[in-house]
Amino acid sequence: MGDIPIAASSPASAGEDTAEHGHPHTHPHAETPAEATPAEPKPKLAVWKFASCDGCQLSLLNCEDELLQIADSVTIAYFPEATRAIVAGPYDLSLVEGSITTPEDVRRIHEIREQSATLVTIGACATAGGIQALRNFADVDAFRSIVYAHPEYLSTLDTSTPIASHVDVDYELRGCPVDKGQLVEVLAAYLNGRKPRIPTYSVCVECKLKGNLCVPVATGTPCLGPVTQAGCGALCPSYGRGCYGCFGPSDSPNTAALTRQLAELGMDDRDIVRVYRTFNAGAPEFRAASEAVEAGAR
Amino acid sequence: MTHQLKDGGQVMHVGMLARVEGEGGMHIEYRDGKVVDVKLNIFEPPRFYEGFLRGRKFTEPPDITARICGICPVAYQSASTEAMETICGVTTTPEIQLMRRLLYCGEWIESHALHIFMLHAPDFLGYESALDMAKVMPDVVTMALRIKKAGNDLMTVVGGRAIHPVNVKVGGFYRMPTVAELLTLRADLAQSLEDALAAVELVSTFDFPAMEQEYTYVALRHPEGYPLERGTEVVATSGVRFPVAELAQHIEEFHVEHSNALHARFDGGTYFVGPLARYSLNFDQLSPLAQDAALKAGLGETCRNPFKSIIVRAVELVYALEEALSIIDHWRDGYPPSVPVAPRAGEGIGASEAPRGLIWHRYVIDEEGIITDAQIVPPTSQNQASIEMDLRTAAEQWADLDDHMLTHRCEEAIRNYDPCISCATHFLDLRVKRS
Repeated sequence: MGDIPIAASSPASAGEDTAEHGHPHTHPHAETPAEATPAEPKPKLAVWKFASCDGCQLSLLNCEDELLQIADSVTIAYFPEATRAIVAGPYDLSLVEGSITTPEDVRRIHEIREQSATLVTIGACATAGGIQALRNFADVDAFRSIVYAHPEYLSTLDTSTPIASHVDVDYELRGCPVDKGQLVEVLAAYLNGRKPRIPTYSVCVECKLKGNLCVPVATGTPCLGPVTQAGCGALCPSYGRGCYGCFGPSDSPNTAALTRQLAELGMDDRDIVRVYRTFNAGAPEFRAASEAVEAGAR
Repeated sequence: MTHQLKDGGQVMHVGMLARVEGEGGMHIEYRDGKVVDVKLNIFEPPRFYEGFLRGRKFTEPPDITARICGICPVAYQSASTEAMETICGVTTTPEIQLMRRLLYCGEWIESHALHIFMLHAPDFLGYESALDMAKVMPDVVTMALRIKKAGNDLMTVVGGRAIHPVNVKVGGFYRMPTVAELLTLRADLAQSLEDALAAVELVSTFDFPAMEQEYTYVALRHPEGYPLERGTEVVATSGVRFPVAELAQHIEEFHVEHSNALHARFDGGTYFVGPLARYSLNFDQLSPLAQDAALKAGLGETCRNPFKSIIVRAVELVYALEEALSIIDHWRDGYPPSVPVAPRAGEGIGASEAPRGLIWHRYVIDEEGIITDAQIVPPTSQNQASIEMDLRTAAEQWADLDDHMLTHRCEEAIRNYDPCISCATHFLDLRVKRS
């Protein structure tokens, strides 16, 4: 089950093409290095899944306007949601979705790291443990018996943890789900050998750029925008609701100040703990903020 | 991959079933030329949604349960909002219902286009993937991507984004889209309707393995149209019909050792939810255009060949596109986006027709609106027994095929269900034992 198609030899020949995918291409993506040096083999892309909803890898298939160009710029070596064809590792670029929740997955992520020149996590599960990291705050045995009549059939860890808790990660892309535009940016940056241009400022900056009304100021709606990383395009405030933090903490978030403001807007402690504990509950800054409220620090 | 067993039997092993949403495994065992055991193994790691929903607020399930599945989040949002509104004794407005239906059409369009062309069609046309198909038949794949994009764009305008929409809440929406916003979608949806009619014709020309199954079909029914975002009652080919509120009295979930997704029984037996069930129980509710397309494609008013589910999905694609266009064309600005919902202690069920079939949620909340119990029953977990039944039939019917062909055929029998294993709990691992 889930055996990784690993080359027998050491990870030396990354980029080797195969019969299934080795079609010569005359119109590579305009931004790819392949255009400059058409003789070079295309990078091998692999997409891996751990505990998750499939939404972040689906974001790749949802790039309808870019998908065929992307597929032309790389060799899709492992992407079971899209293709039966499998090319053995090592891989030039691995995209990893999902969090680590089983002993088997701990083993598998180490194998994937060994086989991957560059490893990028996509989404809140892989980057912060996801919504399933709520178990980190609870008694997992109780959860098992709430959902399953025979908990002894299950093999799970007591925690849901991000990929970086287990192996080195080269880049973490945020979001629940990731933003399609940011995903294409990460792929384009990788193909061109540059750093991705992904802002780490807060959603507030995006709201100002869009000319949105500030929902907490104008309507008294609690909003995590001041402590949440941009990337979604200030989606929720654009629809008249407060940001619920699905891109995780922004750079140096002032959660203490936000906690005070949430209380002033009428949220009780339990409500405040809940808003920090959703899809990025395990992100260190959000975790600390929720635990501070529980400890009565506000 | 084939292994000989010491007792003369045989085990066939395939590392991973591709082009499904999630990961699972399969085990088939032959003794004396007969199939003696079939198991669909699901080892997708459990995420314990029903556990951590306890203690959350009644307003949270639309955002939280959407994360069970990136392909059909709206199905979860619809079932959970309906359940909470039922518990709190709130009826929304007809316009809110219509906007929910429009958003749901978007999900059916993107999900069906994804499954028909990118996951399922490669089986019939002999390709590893739609990306390989694109090299040989670029027009078909471009058309598929165009339809899929129209669905995603619709979800983006109504829901804020295509995966995990942000605009849905208990009581309705945070903001209604405007006529001007909706009209930006019109041209692409109209083009996609033409494309979908062509798609019905195209997929009807595929070679379908002969296999008819005696399923008990279960689906929602609604007097005003084909069931998507809601139904007033549940109907079954066994003749049973009852209100949605009674679902938990007819469906019993149980835990088997070989699957991290709970199995289910309907009135004590195996049952089937999904496009074939919806179609066969609601043909009369399809639009004349969709009915006509279905009949021209050679479908009867019922369909019992699981391989032909690809045609039924294409027919549903036609219906969803027509429905979306009709809602957009009749929309006016100024409808209130939501009704207020105050918590009230109680228990309630919400159900909808996800692209893969009936989904239902049951919640118990207290007087402060805190969830004390949650039960979520997605389509793929309900279908596990039917999938195993089809695998058994396929393994018996095509036992003469070589291992490679049989493996392919069994994978196809699973893909007929468009299984969403992330929903049900991701590993399909095929094992065939022969002796």
